[in-house]
Amino acid sequence: MNAATLAVPPVADASPVRIVTMNGNPTPVPAAAEPAMPAESARASRQPLSRRLLPLFKVVVPPVVGIGLLIGIWAMVAMKGSIPGPAQTWQAAATLFADPFYSNGPNDQGIGWNVLSSLKRVGIGFGFAALVGIPLGFIIGRFAFMNSMVSPIISLLRPVSPLAWLPIGLLVFKQADPAATWTIFICSIWPMIINTAVGVQRVPQDYMNVARVLNLNEWKIVTKILFPSVLPYMLTGIRLSIGTAWLVIVAAEMLTGGVGIGFWVWDEWNNLKVEHIIIAIFVIGIVGLLLEQTLILIAKRFSYGNA
Amino acid sequence: MNKAMVRVENAGMSFDTKQGRFVALRDIDLTISEGEFVTLIGHSGCGKSTLLNLIAGLTLPTSGVLLCDGREIGGPGPERAVVFQNHSLLPWLTCFENVYLAVERVFAVKEGKPKLKARTEAALGMVHMDHAMHKYPHEISGGMKQRVGIARAFAMEPKILLMDEPFGALDALTRASLQDELLGVMEKTGATVVMVTHDVDEAVLLSDRVVMMTNGPAATVGEILTVRLERPRNRLALAHDRDFAEYRAALLEFLYQKQLRKAA
Repeated sequence: MNAATLAVPPVADASPVRIVTMNGNPTPVPAAAEPAMPAESARASRQPLSRRLLPLFKVVVPPVVGIGLLIGIWAMVAMKGSIPGPAQTWQAAATLFADPFYSNGPNDQGIGWNVLSSLKRVGIGFGFAALVGIPLGFIIGRFAFMNSMVSPIISLLRPVSPLAWLPIGLLVFKQADPAATWTIFICSIWPMIINTAVGVQRVPQDYMNVARVLNLNEWKIVTKILFPSVLPYMLTGIRLSIGTAWLVIVAAEMLTGGVGIGFWVWDEWNNLKVEHIIIAIFVIGIVGLLLEQTLILIAKRFSYGNA
Repeated sequence: MNKAMVRVENAGMSFDTKQGRFVALRDIDLTISEGEFVTLIGHSGCGKSTLLNLIAGLTLPTSGVLLCDGREIGGPGPERAVVFQNHSLLPWLTCFENVYLAVERVFAVKEGKPKLKARTEAALGMVHMDHAMHKYPHEISGGMKQRVGIARAFAMEPKILLMDEPFGALDALTRASLQDELLGVMEKTGATVVMVTHDVDEAVLLSDRVVMMTNGPAATVGEILTVRLERPRNRLALAHDRDFAEYRAALLEFLYQKQLRKAA
């Protein structure tokens, strides 16, 4: 109580000072933005430019410094060892990206084709996982019996590395390509089942009460209430799935061969073109980043404020 | 006296908890006539919302029986529309779509799309929300959301309208303007309303009868006050009205003398 009453006078004193500053200054905006330092009104006119640049500075400089450091360390390591340095890699990248879509038979294709065929595998495997995982998540979330039935199975299988499933895929499909897709399917399905189920379980009771009062039929409940309510959770599941799938595809392709960024890395290792491996690492990173950001954008589109 | 719209006969509600059986309501007898505005008032935890949920059919009584228009209430239904305290608009639908969802459910069987749209627009117009009907709930204020909630309930043309502290989350000025809005809507529609509130002025201003509930656990109807004030009612005129002051005093007496909560 005492502290509060003591705190009032300085604040009351500060306001006339602020008014004086505003009167003495032709542009009241910087003065108003600087209530903490009313005495430095002389410098206030110079403040806006640096004030405006500061946020930009904060956004741009740290990442640039970080990347600069990375390249610096890379260059130092390259000087000591057998890894190609940044300049050498840049030159290799320039020639590589000059013609990303050439094709000299199945084992020698441009980097563009390799990335696209990896993305295609991820897309197919992920698509099937979504087709199975999302409805399964809905069922598990809606019916407690199904939840208790399926939970132990999910708990058992989820920690298994997706690559452990690759031999099963090879055995069943007798071909490398569907086996890789199968691996993607397995690793994508868990986050989608789990997140969808959690989303269904967390549909606010208020919305379900609305459904009950209106006596909505099951179709309307699913389309107007359950689905929109679960969508943000589902998109989180999708984002996690795609992230894992993109991690796994490289490893899977290293084992299966064919066309794809993972196979390409292995192929270039056999050719001892290490600078290409480094380029591949960057390409994989950038594609993963783009996938993630796209899905974050989509998720933002479907988040509904705090209503 | 008009015909009875809702009859609550010897209703009781108890929950099984870890500490054993908890009796929330007992021996509730109440008849609500057609066109009547009844408020349920009491201290928090007295089970007034539980009673409203029983009438809504969202929960079923553990003893006794509830009837709506002569039929036993076995679950929720659109003929008993509910205005929830937290408005419960679906955030992914615009105000129009929120109301339309309800209108469609009730009237799509016998009416075409243009008619349904007209109904939706009329309901939103009645609560003066026509200017913002294509906005999403998170784009409008709390008071406006509750207007849409009321429009949604009225648009269903329910036999009875149930309101669970509809203005509880609003500031005093917004609350007053929404009460006036509600008075206006009731004059136009002659709706039967049961409303839960803890606001004494609100209860007297809006009601034909105020049902005062005793403190829980095992709460029941304590007293019933019949408010015989002329309609249409005017907030400003009533502020100096002697009868209004006496009704108000009677409620305060019940709440703060006879049912004073020891814990509060």
